[in-house]
Amino acid sequence: MKKLQILGTGCAKCQALTHNAETAAKALGLPYELEKVTELSAIMKFGVMSTPALAVDGVVKSQGRLLTADQIKVLLF
Amino acid sequence: MNPLEAALAPPLTRPIKRHVWGGVAALIVWWLVYGRLEALAHWLTYSLMGLTVGSHLAGAVEFFIYEVPKVLMLLTAVVFGVGIVRSFFTPERTRRILSGRRESVGNVLGALLGIVTPFCSCSAVPLFIGFVTTGVPLGVTFSFLISAPMVNEVALVLLFGLFGWKVAALYLSTGLVIAILAGWVLGKLHLEKHVEAWVYATKTGVADADEKLDWVLRIDLGLEAVRDIVGRVWLYVLIGIAVGAGIHGYVPENFMASIMGKGAWWSVPLAVLIGVPMYSNAAGIIPIVQALLGKGAALGTVLAFMMSVIALSLPEAIILRKVLKPRLIATFFGIVALGIMFVGFLFNALL
Repeated sequence: MKKLQILGTGCAKCQALTHNAETAAKALGLPYELEKVTELSAIMKFGVMSTPALAVDGVVKSQGRLLTADQIKVLLF
Repeated sequence: MNPLEAALAPPLTRPIKRHVWGGVAALIVWWLVYGRLEALAHWLTYSLMGLTVGSHLAGAVEFFIYEVPKVLMLLTAVVFGVGIVRSFFTPERTRRILSGRRESVGNVLGALLGIVTPFCSCSAVPLFIGFVTTGVPLGVTFSFLISAPMVNEVALVLLFGLFGWKVAALYLSTGLVIAILAGWVLGKLHLEKHVEAWVYATKTGVADADEKLDWVLRIDLGLEAVRDIVGRVWLYVLIGIAVGAGIHGYVPENFMASIMGKGAWWSVPLAVLIGVPMYSNAAGIIPIVQALLGKGAALGTVLAFMMSVIALSLPEAIILRKVLKPRLIATFFGIVALGIMFVGFLFNALL
């Protein structure tokens, strides 16, 4: 089970990143759970300063970028 | 190859060669087209459309047909370049550089890094918290937060394209000076108690590692920046230049001299007062401002108006209200506005 977390306070880019992450996980056939982290204090705990950010299994993989589904696939190992 | 590897293959095997050749070809085409824009606009206006030389309409049309592709092409090239430069400066790295700096040196560095660090006003709050909770002094953080929106590539390209390199350089240097000095003054005022209390109580983690980037990825980041920024501002450029073209063709010479000319001392504070709450990106405002300048407005006044529109805005104040108490926001806006006014007066007096 992969744990995907989308960090962001709810901007349009965060929505798009959430969608792309789900697309990527589904395309790879990975079992996953997805969580949206919208609390600022929770986002800061990750040390993330530019949103949206993507964390996989608790590790920040990308910040400040709207990744495409293909770019996310690479990060899901 | 198992299915997982097969799924991953395309993004991992993009060869650098394709990027390089594509880039060289794009650069040659860009250069060939860019050099011919003026002649093309002239031909379209007078030969193809048959407009009368010297008429209001012809002036406006030629201006529009020439400036729109010129500015958009410049913008594409510069945004791409800046996108690649920015792939070297993550907010993470900038924070490490600024953390624990003394003020003064820190203010200078903060203002400079504000230019090259990727920044979006939507991330201003997490960035602010990340900076001040990990040892970046408040004043240094402000220097960064002032220069990041004010000195940006879109503004510089438009200034360069429409006014020439001198005004662009003037804007860049005075923008930096304002960011450095305003941040330094704000630091000296010791306003930490006017930051919302929970901010300093926030536990900020350290993101695990910077993403590993190779050149293929950096070029992709440049292209992403072009899609994102040019995709967002092209319409404003179009509208701004259309309004500018209208002013250019129809408003009589020296019409602006009485309102925004050098003679009217109150024009600088008024321009700043109107500009501060306004929120428009540089792309929309600069072409209009350029046309006003041609009708007798003074450069200092115009520069002050532009800076106050770009650097400060009501939405920004609302975003920052999450982390700053009203008095600190007011002080922050007040000091930056004063700095901008000073620049306005200075250039009206010198030029």
